[in-house]
Amino acid sequence: MSHISPTIWQFLVKWMTNFALFPPEASKIAPQMDALYFFMVLVSLIGLTIVVLLIVAFSILYNKERHPVAVQIEGSTLLEATWTIIPLGLFLMMFVWGALIYFRVFTPPANAMNIYVVGKQWMWKVEHPGGQHEINALHVPTGRAIQLTIISQDVFHSFSIPAFRVKREAIPGRYTTVWFEATTPGTYHLFCTQYCGTEHSHMIGDVVVLTPEDYKKWLASSTSGASIAQNGERLFASLSCAACHNTRPDARGPSLANVYGAKLPLASGGTVTADDAYLREAILNPSQHVTQGYAPIMPTYQGQVSEEGIISLVEYIKNLNSDYRIQQTLNTTDLLPESEQTAAPAAKAPATKGLVKP
Amino acid sequence: MSESTIVKLPDQSTARIPKMNYLSKENGILSWLLTGDHKRIAILYLISLSFFFFIGGALAGLIRLELLTPQADLMATDTYNKVFTMHGVIMIFFFLVPSVPATLGNFLIPMMIGAKDLALPKINLLSWYLYMAGGLLALYTMATGGVDTGWTFTTPLSTHYVNTNVLTTGLAAFIAGFSSIFTGLNFIVTIHKMRAPGMTWFKLPLFVWAHYAASVLMVLATPVVAIAIVLVALERTIGIGVFDPTKGGDPILFQHLFWFYSHPAVYIMILPGMGVISEVISTFSRKRVFGYTAVAFSSVAIAIFGFFVWAHHMFIMGISNYAVLVFSLLTMLVAVPSAIKIFNWTFTLYKGSITFETPMIYAFGFMGLFTIGGLTGVFLGVSGTDIHLTETYFIVAHFHFVMVGGMLMAFLSGIHFWWPKMTGRMYPEKISQLAAVVTFIGFNFTFFPQFILGTLGMPRRYASYPPEFQILNVFSTAGATILGVGYLLPVLYLVWSLRYGKIAGNNPWQATGLEWQTQSPPLTENFVKMPIMDHDVYDYEWLEAQQEKEKEVASA
Repeated sequence: MSHISPTIWQFLVKWMTNFALFPPEASKIAPQMDALYFFMVLVSLIGLTIVVLLIVAFSILYNKERHPVAVQIEGSTLLEATWTIIPLGLFLMMFVWGALIYFRVFTPPANAMNIYVVGKQWMWKVEHPGGQHEINALHVPTGRAIQLTIISQDVFHSFSIPAFRVKREAIPGRYTTVWFEATTPGTYHLFCTQYCGTEHSHMIGDVVVLTPEDYKKWLASSTSGASIAQNGERLFASLSCAACHNTRPDARGPSLANVYGAKLPLASGGTVTADDAYLREAILNPSQHVTQGYAPIMPTYQGQVSEEGIISLVEYIKNLNSDYRIQQTLNTTDLLPESEQTAAPAAKAPATKGLVKP
Repeated sequence: MSESTIVKLPDQSTARIPKMNYLSKENGILSWLLTGDHKRIAILYLISLSFFFFIGGALAGLIRLELLTPQADLMATDTYNKVFTMHGVIMIFFFLVPSVPATLGNFLIPMMIGAKDLALPKINLLSWYLYMAGGLLALYTMATGGVDTGWTFTTPLSTHYVNTNVLTTGLAAFIAGFSSIFTGLNFIVTIHKMRAPGMTWFKLPLFVWAHYAASVLMVLATPVVAIAIVLVALERTIGIGVFDPTKGGDPILFQHLFWFYSHPAVYIMILPGMGVISEVISTFSRKRVFGYTAVAFSSVAIAIFGFFVWAHHMFIMGISNYAVLVFSLLTMLVAVPSAIKIFNWTFTLYKGSITFETPMIYAFGFMGLFTIGGLTGVFLGVSGTDIHLTETYFIVAHFHFVMVGGMLMAFLSGIHFWWPKMTGRMYPEKISQLAAVVTFIGFNFTFFPQFILGTLGMPRRYASYPPEFQILNVFSTAGATILGVGYLLPVLYLVWSLRYGKIAGNNPWQATGLEWQTQSPPLTENFVKMPIMDHDVYDYEWLEAQQEKEKEVASA
């Protein structure tokens, strides 16, 4: 191989020895999605082979030298039906199989642990329920359903973890969710896959999958001292939300205790379920979302609260909900180190205490 | 009868290019710039399209050069973003959308249906001027700083977050859109009203059917992108807030509007190419196209279904799961007519009498690459696999297989096929066969590795990437070099052939279309007397009988 430049030769050897055709499978959904992917690759290869073989065979059998006079054929309804119905059947099969996976990826289980992700030009900010912050990194334990609630603070981004086979758009002004359960500890790529401006290709990071024990250690070492909900409680106080949102009989705003997940009657008619998206909207565009029986006096907090601030408020309001708090406590106690367990559930005191200053 | 070619050229020692033809009728630059002749306008388009193609191609070369190494070291990320944006804008709006319709469609539709010209010659010329205005504005934009939104102009990036020439680029696309609308309108009117006696709908060549379907898409879909661009401009200049969530707008609405055009637009791009393939396969296997009606109606089916699949670009964008279900299902349906076409072309070869001149080689290339492009489209239309593959190099590879492997192959096939008709001279056969093979090899080298890159998760529009993706990117860049040679060769020998090519005569391919039954290059009026369609479409027996008759007349 003397005629190949040694640099190129080394390059080739280096790459051919660790050449991969597929990313690692590091989540529960990955093998399921790959099964469909391989099925589709197989069908495609068979389809392509049939077409290519027919073209080659006909080109040999019926080239002009061997077959000087063409036989005119109108067509064949039977053949037309065959190559309409067989591809259609295969495509429909793929459609159903794919839809099952799609619904699985975007329907989080009820007991999933919620991690918030905020995308901005050009970084990912991740916030764990215990208040741990990370930038361009995401630490998750194996064996736990993790739900990501994603929002963008500026333009469209997309949160992509190829090793998990999941990806979700980060949309300005709207929460999106996706979930996964990591299976294999390791460090994997995190990409922004939606073009978002100058530094798009630098909006990358690492997803670190840890065993539950290591995750516990990581949580303990990364604690910021306050959980998301506790941050929210502080913000709730500093914005004087409780001046109206309290349980006094003459309160100017509805009490927020147990409001999360409840069906609320609106002043404009109809009802709405108070989910994350609704709470966010109600803080930013309150005049559009007035609860029945109250005057539209709440000012907008647009521009005054960052996306992280809103997430904290929403998480705090969620924690005023006794069911949700119990759920989260059940979720996190087995993972959190002892010191965290006392701090994590924000409204450890009775739900109304943080709200009402009697 | 055992020659391996169907080419029948007149005796070169006596043959002359006809003195009277559309090229020689008038001289001078004004006679071209003010012409109403569809054939001259087609030539204007061919020259300007090629110009834009090579600019877009040079930009593609820069992209591939940058991606040779994992770091962004050839240019700054900002420059890279501008380069891929302009590559997309130029290739889509100024090459792919008008490519086959504005050149071959313009030249051939009136001739194929036996008409003197398009129904609205002045509108036809206007559409070329609009195209040029848009194209030059796009070039001006590029020269004065460029734009870095991606060709998709996604809001709110394009409205609030970039300081580059979004408005002028938008205006360029807006103007080019009207060019496309006028062309489509002209074709629809012409095909409805100007067919020669006896030319019924089911005697139309499939090229015309394909253009008819594409024209309907042009006329109905293009205005929507025009509206979307205007809204972006208003949002950028006076902040009306339709797409701005802080003002109660919906950022996803833009993508709905944009893809409502841009998905049908891919059928605007590919359908005319499919029309070319039908003509070429039929001619070089001496057979009528297998299942003529199935192929004709599959074009119409693509045009209709093509309108109802746009949201498959948005499966992970937080649209409702049930919307995803519907759009994924409809996408499966639109894949079927393409499969029908591929099988019908393949069976046209069955019991034919096949020869392998350059247009046929390009057509075979089209069939292979378009099959791959179409099947990988299903991976993206199936909602489950789309999650992993969308926004990666898989999608880049997919649409380049369809647009470059499919459409550009069809374009080159058509250019070679009708070159003798357009210029009166043959291109050199051997070197052009070589160019077709080089293009095919270079293409696969360039874009096949990108499927693997995408599966591995490499995102699109990245100026830098993790080092483990380098080997495949090196393959891709190496392939692009070969591809570049494949595209430069035809320019050289086609220009050469204008002077030195063999005289082609009326019908060098022994093809059945009406355009071949008149002199090459044709008269400005196309036909000496109004043709009458007294035989079936792709009727090779009629052609033979006709030629026998002519021989008898000549010998008598």
